[in-house]
Amino acid sequence: MTTAVAEAQDAHDEHHGPDKGIRRWLFTTNHKDIGTLYLVFSLIMFFIGGAMALVIRTELMQPGLQFVHPEFFNSMTTMHALIMVFGAVMPAFVGLANWMIPMMIGAPDMALPRMNNWSFWILPVAFGILLSTLFMEGGAPAAGWTMYPPLVLQTGDAFPFLIFSVHLMGISSIMGAINIIVTILNMRAPDMWLLKMPIFVWCWLITAYLLIAVMPVLAGAVTMLLTDQFFGTSFFLAAGGGDPVMFQHIFWFFGHPEVYIMILPAFGVVSEIIPTFSRKPLFGHDSMVYAASSIAFLSFIVWAHHMFTVGMPLSGQMFFMFATMLIAVPTGVKVFNWVATMWRGSMTFETPMLFALAFVFLFTIGGFSGLMLAIAPADIQYHDTYFVVAHFHYVLVPGSIFAVMAGAYYWLPKWTGHMYNESLGKLHFWLSTIFVNVTFFPMHFLGLAGMPRRIPDYSTQFADFNMIASIGALGFGFSQLIFVWVLLTAKKGAKATDRVWEAPKGLEWTVPSPAPYHTFDTPPKARIAQEAFE
Amino acid sequence: MSHAEDRYYVPHGSHWPIVGSIGLLFLMVGVSNWLNGAGAGFWIMLAGVAVMVYMLIGWFGTVISESQGGLYNEQVDHSFRMGMFWFIFSEVMFFAAFFGALFYARNIAVPWLGGDSNNFFTNLLLWNGFEATWPTNGPGEVGGDFEIMGPFGLPLINTAILLSSSVTVTIAHHALIAGQRGILKTFLALTFILGFIFVFLQAYEYIHAYEDLNLKLTTGIYGSTFFMLTGFHGMHVTIGAIMLLIIWLRVMKGHFSPTNHFAFEAVAWYWHFVDVVWIGLYVFVYWM
Repeated sequence: MTTAVAEAQDAHDEHHGPDKGIRRWLFTTNHKDIGTLYLVFSLIMFFIGGAMALVIRTELMQPGLQFVHPEFFNSMTTMHALIMVFGAVMPAFVGLANWMIPMMIGAPDMALPRMNNWSFWILPVAFGILLSTLFMEGGAPAAGWTMYPPLVLQTGDAFPFLIFSVHLMGISSIMGAINIIVTILNMRAPDMWLLKMPIFVWCWLITAYLLIAVMPVLAGAVTMLLTDQFFGTSFFLAAGGGDPVMFQHIFWFFGHPEVYIMILPAFGVVSEIIPTFSRKPLFGHDSMVYAASSIAFLSFIVWAHHMFTVGMPLSGQMFFMFATMLIAVPTGVKVFNWVATMWRGSMTFETPMLFALAFVFLFTIGGFSGLMLAIAPADIQYHDTYFVVAHFHYVLVPGSIFAVMAGAYYWLPKWTGHMYNESLGKLHFWLSTIFVNVTFFPMHFLGLAGMPRRIPDYSTQFADFNMIASIGALGFGFSQLIFVWVLLTAKKGAKATDRVWEAPKGLEWTVPSPAPYHTFDTPPKARIAQEAFE
Repeated sequence: MSHAEDRYYVPHGSHWPIVGSIGLLFLMVGVSNWLNGAGAGFWIMLAGVAVMVYMLIGWFGTVISESQGGLYNEQVDHSFRMGMFWFIFSEVMFFAAFFGALFYARNIAVPWLGGDSNNFFTNLLLWNGFEATWPTNGPGEVGGDFEIMGPFGLPLINTAILLSSSVTVTIAHHALIAGQRGILKTFLALTFILGFIFVFLQAYEYIHAYEDLNLKLTTGIYGSTFFMLTGFHGMHVTIGAIMLLIIWLRVMKGHFSPTNHFAFEAVAWYWHFVDVVWIGLYVFVYWM
């Protein structure tokens, strides 16, 4: 046996804690460390992307051009979206998955621990490259996060950096998704058969399949952009027999499942929290699984509803319209199941539950405006207006982001071993919820009245609602600092018990708080696993 | 090694991932600068490639020595198998994007430019006189007159080579399971030799296309799809052949047993994958 192997074996036998200093974070293979890295990274990106959103809202506070050059405004909308989608929301959910999935299924760690480290450490490289484009000749990418040609081909020096940073984000996501699938399928405690798995684990399993299926397609699409720009191919050039609309088809074949990649884990988090604070088991666990699977399947056959106005045969419009509306059925199953879980429950309203409840209400509003957008003839009016902006921010901010916040508050005591400051948590919740509605609700009216998105100036009749939205955005942005304060003081609170809440279900509540560096070196006993679920 | 049997091996720390990230940073920044015409870009890219090669050798080396040291139990083996399977699936989806572009161009984009569906005026006003056919370099005749790459001759020979290499790798696999190391060594060597011959012939075909047929990457949508699909495939065959070579070197060193040879099977799966992609290419790019 070689020395390296012998050392590895020795290291494996001692039950050592983490390394000291920076080595711990650079070289770690521990799912909890990597989960923490992901979560901290996503919080930083959330503030960078948020600062860009505030630049946008500050400029839009009044009609006319006040603060920034229109080109820079376009860079802000583009970068805000890319950073929030790939840098904030997705890594936040991967962080939660890293922390919680091994503990929820009784696994010693993620299945492929070294690759887990790499999935994370590619992200700082990707976003370092993307953010560096802000200082390049020609400015940061400004053609929108959807990167439609031919506009995106006018990007300056930033162009190849944009393409390759998207490639890196894709590589990171694919490796992360492979790790999650393998962990869930191969590392479960022996008596945890598939339909016994916690719903968060289920939702992530389905999300990981979506990631593996569509991230390579995005890689293909941006590769075609790159070769069109630098190597003279004609994929998106009509003169050569290509078609710019083809990019939109390929992009949205990725882009629509991507939408569910950002919301299915949120469904999972909320489905964990609502039963705990309703003191009832989740209503319709299995139907939740089937609903999430149906949503995932449908997400592959609805992409062209993002492009009803680009020109497509009537039969195509009809197909994509009806397929899109079908998604309301499994989504409805989920919403009704959450409501039925709360029905006659003995409910309390701690911060995680408040965020989860707001999720149910506000995500559903986003779902309804989505149904409106799905109607092809109506969408021709709504397309590229603030109504679309209102719709997707309702599903992403009080949807995905609130679910991340809910999950963070819910599991924070398990991570730190201490209760967070409940009154600050509640304050954070109420300010966020009020301001998120002040920001995004008026955008529905602006959109219906015809205000186009991605334009730094607007007609004076839109002034009042824009002022309201901007005030809301500033309020929402600064309210998030409370969350940072809660995190910084997270270890000051009372000692958390192992169960933390009154009667939460699941294996993660059977281990001490804070969770030891290594949990479940050997699979949990059948009986314990069983009790955790009944 | 009794305890390897009952406990899942979780390595404690590794510097390879961060080395890989640094490699990717140099690689991507280098390529981007190079494309933008900055002189240093090429050298930064080469530095990135060097770091990546160092990382791959080191990381795989660590894993191989751990495997030889018996640290991996059956469950770890299972993780590797699933990981490889889903990695190949992601590769399939990458090719799907380019096949999708080919099908879209042939069945939708080009016919529409020719006035199909409700695009009568597109054709009349923008591309008057353009008739939709395939192959085409579009109404603007981008890249000038060209000849197509027919399905017979070199592509057919390459098909035969790649299909035979799938047979030889399967014979090698059966020999490995049966403990016939001699047959294993011969047929595995045959496999990667066939792989490299394929790549060599593909390069020859490209030179022929560029010099004799005026068929280039810049030849409209036909050239774009032809070279991007066959090019990415050729890249995958090259990677696969290198992996087969490494597996062969490991076989020569006495690695792998009839019951424990994940790496061999992973590379064999990968090889079948490039084979299947080729069949798709042969049918849809060369033949139909």
